[in-house]
Amino acid sequence: MTLLSLQGLTKAYPGVVANDNVSFEIGRGEIHALLGENGAGKSTLVKTIYGLVNPDAGSMLLEGAAFAPPEPRAARKAGVAMVFQHFSLFDALNVAENIALGMENPPPLQDVAEQVREVSDQYGLPLDPSRVVGDLSAGERQRVEIIRCLLQDPKLLIMDEPTSVLTPQEVTILFETLRKLASEGTSILYISHKLEEIRALCDHATVLRMGHVVGECDPSQTSAREMAELMVGAVLQVPEKPDKPAGNVALTLTGLSAPAPHEFGTALRDISLTVRRGEVLGVGGVAGNGQDELVAALSGEMRVSSGMVRMGDDDIGHMPPNARRALGLCAAPEERNGHAAAPDMTLIENALLTGNVRKELSSRGFLKWDRARDFAAEIIEKFDVRTPSAGSTARSLSGGNLQKFVIGREILQDPDVLIINQPTWGVDASAAASIRQAILDLAVAGAAVILISQDLDELMEIADQFSALNEGRMSDPRPAKGLTIDEIGLMLGGSHDMEVSHVDA
Amino acid sequence: MITLEKRAGPSKAWALVTPLVAVALTMIVGGILFAALGKNPFETIRTIFLDPLFSEFAWFYRPQLLIKGAPLVLIAIGLSFGFRAGVWNIGAEGQYIMGAICGAAVGLAFHPMESRLIFPLMVLAGAFGGWAWAMIPGVLRVKFGTNEILVSLMLVYVAEQLLASMALGAMRNPEGMGFPGSRNLAQYPSAANLELIKDSGMHWGVVAALIAVIFAYVTLSRHIFGFQVRLAGQSPRAANFAGVNPAGMILICLGISGALAGLAGLFEVAGPAGQISIDFNVGYGFTAIIVAFLGRLHPIGILLAGGLMALTYIGGEIAQSNLGLPGAAIQLLQGMLLFFLLAVDMLTNYRIKFGKGGTV
Repeated sequence: MTLLSLQGLTKAYPGVVANDNVSFEIGRGEIHALLGENGAGKSTLVKTIYGLVNPDAGSMLLEGAAFAPPEPRAARKAGVAMVFQHFSLFDALNVAENIALGMENPPPLQDVAEQVREVSDQYGLPLDPSRVVGDLSAGERQRVEIIRCLLQDPKLLIMDEPTSVLTPQEVTILFETLRKLASEGTSILYISHKLEEIRALCDHATVLRMGHVVGECDPSQTSAREMAELMVGAVLQVPEKPDKPAGNVALTLTGLSAPAPHEFGTALRDISLTVRRGEVLGVGGVAGNGQDELVAALSGEMRVSSGMVRMGDDDIGHMPPNARRALGLCAAPEERNGHAAAPDMTLIENALLTGNVRKELSSRGFLKWDRARDFAAEIIEKFDVRTPSAGSTARSLSGGNLQKFVIGREILQDPDVLIINQPTWGVDASAAASIRQAILDLAVAGAAVILISQDLDELMEIADQFSALNEGRMSDPRPAKGLTIDEIGLMLGGSHDMEVSHVDA
Repeated sequence: MITLEKRAGPSKAWALVTPLVAVALTMIVGGILFAALGKNPFETIRTIFLDPLFSEFAWFYRPQLLIKGAPLVLIAIGLSFGFRAGVWNIGAEGQYIMGAICGAAVGLAFHPMESRLIFPLMVLAGAFGGWAWAMIPGVLRVKFGTNEILVSLMLVYVAEQLLASMALGAMRNPEGMGFPGSRNLAQYPSAANLELIKDSGMHWGVVAALIAVIFAYVTLSRHIFGFQVRLAGQSPRAANFAGVNPAGMILICLGISGALAGLAGLFEVAGPAGQISIDFNVGYGFTAIIVAFLGRLHPIGILLAGGLMALTYIGGEIAQSNLGLPGAAIQLLQGMLLFFLLAVDMLTNYRIKFGKGGTV
């Protein structure tokens, strides 16, 4: 039985047709995957269903009745709920307060807390309504968002890239919940680029490419590779990791400790390790366990005591970012908009943002705009950044394209040590593969790489050594080859709901 | 229903057109205001905007345009650096006063000696006075996290008290028969900031303003510091990542705006005003905020906006004397200009959409 049917949805933006005559159906109680590269039109499509975008043409039927929500409130009223990739929660408020804030007519907080407890029991989503959101892990924050949706008793739940911030154990919990919801008749539209997950979870998949529906399949009967190739429209390149001996020590951390930079930050506690040339050190861990702080301490945004960070023989702990760049240490922080890149500036200006020192884009302080333009053009060409021109603003790029630009900018500076945080967060399969290949190529060329990621598949794919961050402490690196998922789970630390909660089916 | 839709990127066309639209709206609403005051709106608008340039007495008003415009442009250029970097110096008026006091103090200390070195020394002292006054909110912000808006604004009133005390006490003219106010520096050749070309209104302050415009233009478009200023204002985290030291940026921006405001004060006290007096300051430091925004924080824009604002000052005075318009109405007109500019400005980043209604 069909719950939602999309008929010929078309939406064009200046210069690009985001959705072109998209039609498909979502059955009641079905877990339906929406697959596609960045820019394929997935976001526009779900925004249309959620009432954030009005289509130029086409129509939707919800339970047989015409459905054209002018705004999200109307969509929610009709029974459509959505969990966004980026959470909209207030760190300083507790769970119940956050949920009450999103309600039209919130009942007293006591009742909200009671409802939260009820739903969290019912669906096996452990969550204490009185905890402050700032102290929660990413997985727990996501549960807040999911419970917020479930309290509306939705007919259709849209989930945008839900597993990108979760540990394997948390993913298992989430999947149990989603299966239970589906068995009770709630339909789920599941957006992800992790094909193995879609194979494990979804009943049906619709593949989008450049705004068109290019295929449908039953994920359990289709291989991940076939789906990826359908999505990309070409044969997919899997990153190659050649065996090579590691070189000299490039970066040494000795007892690296630093206080939390702000109230909801994490203190770094006594981190010691070495990274050799040609080696990729993969750092796993759930978000909020010191990843941002580690990147800041290494990039130079946060200064630490002398002796804690060394590059070769140079003590760099007290140096600002540009002095470290001059020595050959480059970094790519996780947040693209506003940290790794300035959203309202052009790509040329963003190329200058970190490239000034190593690419000699200025002399005695005077900028050489032509060289900056050439550098931006080089990044765009070599890393296949899709943009009308180097003069476009960073915010006009899709997430994946901007990420390719940021990674490309750092790699093309030919660093000796590269620090990367979450290089493929929200990036589609083909772009992720090319970013990983570029990181491997850089390591083969003799650079030391620290790759911080929450995507364990990614870490296993390209890291030589694996280590985990937990509450600002780092486990001793172990060779990545041969580690099992269980061992990794233990390294990630036992304090984050390791055991799968019991679900009443 | 009318809705606002965010543009993919700021519209270049609107960024250029908004100041003109704001001026037009100000004229229309200002006209209505003048009509409500019982004046002929067309005559009043003509008096304010056109008479200083084209009436039979324009030969007298045109030099005034430079004299009023120069301090506005000089201060606004300084402010534009801070405003671009997200450092809000609202106390340029106080820095302007302190520049005048320090510069005048040096000149008066040498009186009646004549030397070519005195005026350059006064210029340095003026810049120093403004810089030092701006460093107070700067250091407090960097060391203790105070709000530079409040501190710099409150220091204006401290500076005004200091000005009054100087005019009545330490700097009072010993030959002034007890009247408040210092010696007239304009009558002291070594210290006077006289017109460089007779009856042109062109004095050293105008030259300094033009140099500041060129300096700011080159810095913002061609120098790494200008890039860092813009970056710090747009994305503080990205700026930190790019190696900009936030505390240094705050101090440098406040320093530049303070020094330029101090210079403006010095050129004013040594020239057009002539002496330290209780009512020396006339609000250039505040009006320059409007000039900076009206000029889009762009050096060339500020030059044009400074001219326009000087026009409303002079035209406003003509309207006061010839048409009996209250002085407050002129200030209202200037305020309206900023108000409309900020309102219309939204169209640079958003487009208006007349869509179908639909609230649920």
